[in-house]
Amino acid sequence: MNQPSENTSSKSSQPANQGNWLIVLGVVALAALPLVFVQGEYGGADGEAEEAITEIQPDYEPWFGAVFEPHSGEVESLLFVSQAAIGAGVIGYVVGLYRGRRERLPSS
Amino acid sequence: MHQRFRWFSLVAMAGLSLYLVIGTAQPAQAMHIMEGFLPMGWAIFWWVVALPFFIVGVRSLTRITREKPELKLLLALAGAFSFVLSALKIPSVTGSSSHPTGTGLGTVLFGPSVMTVLGSLVLVFQAVLLAHGGLTTLGANVFSMAIVGPWVAFGVYRLFASGGKQKFGIFLAAALGNLMTYIVTSIQLALAFPSASGGFMAAFAKFAGIFALTQIPLAISEGLLTLLVWNWLQSYATDELQILKSLRPEA
Repeated sequence: MNQPSENTSSKSSQPANQGNWLIVLGVVALAALPLVFVQGEYGGADGEAEEAITEIQPDYEPWFGAVFEPHSGEVESLLFVSQAAIGAGVIGYVVGLYRGRRERLPSS
Repeated sequence: MHQRFRWFSLVAMAGLSLYLVIGTAQPAQAMHIMEGFLPMGWAIFWWVVALPFFIVGVRSLTRITREKPELKLLLALAGAFSFVLSALKIPSVTGSSSHPTGTGLGTVLFGPSVMTVLGSLVLVFQAVLLAHGGLTTLGANVFSMAIVGPWVAFGVYRLFASGGKQKFGIFLAAALGNLMTYIVTSIQLALAFPSASGGFMAAFAKFAGIFALTQIPLAISEGLLTLLVWNWLQSYATDELQILKSLRPEA
């Protein structure tokens, strides 16, 4: 597994790809298992931060409001999804480009 | 070999069960500090602390893009990775959700200074458009997610890469960078809101204690995802990684 990064030709790309499936499985499992086994509300953590602060200092008033508040939970989730989608698009583009470029080169 | 695997799965099961039992305690408070939720003095303080790092980062970023324009694509990848990961609110064992930071990959590729800039951009986007985090608390959030996280990741990566365990180093760098980000966040909160009875330490224990467990599986996820992209790069972008290696000494 710990080959130095230089000799990545056909040799190490095969085991790396196999490992990638395990990695994806691991990430999915880490996200899914708590949902199955642990009862909880799965709310965002920001709100709970506010609660913890007001618990310690009940008289604290936030002195500055958000510049822009999404109008509803749906709008907010749309914005979050856009963020993820844009990022995922860029990653897919770059990795795909690198891969295509590599496969066009004859055996390098 | 077979025997060892059985032992391993046994230990894994025991560990996971223990973790699930302990982890069911309370919902966590992690993520970034909300808008307005730092007293003005602290907000300004963290802005002032973060600014020099940001300027150094911009310099190193412009130098890289000027000297090696062919790396721009890889830079976009590092930024996009952080962009995606910090949008993913992943459920965790404590029954609440939090998100990874995604700063490990860019740190391993370009070094911590560059990642300070990319991470700050992500935070600005989230503060302005998503009402997540905030502008007044931006300095503090940049310090935790885009400065301390990357520098910790950088140190961890260097430690293991020099010992030949590069992949494990990348995994651990991303995971620990993530964890440290949230530890720093709770230090910042505890500094600004020391508890009336126990002072700073009591408040820190409160803030950190709640979310440490939430963040552990996310840190592992972040380490794994970073490794995934790294595997791709190693298979398909060998040229770029070579160029980065030649940049390393001065970065």
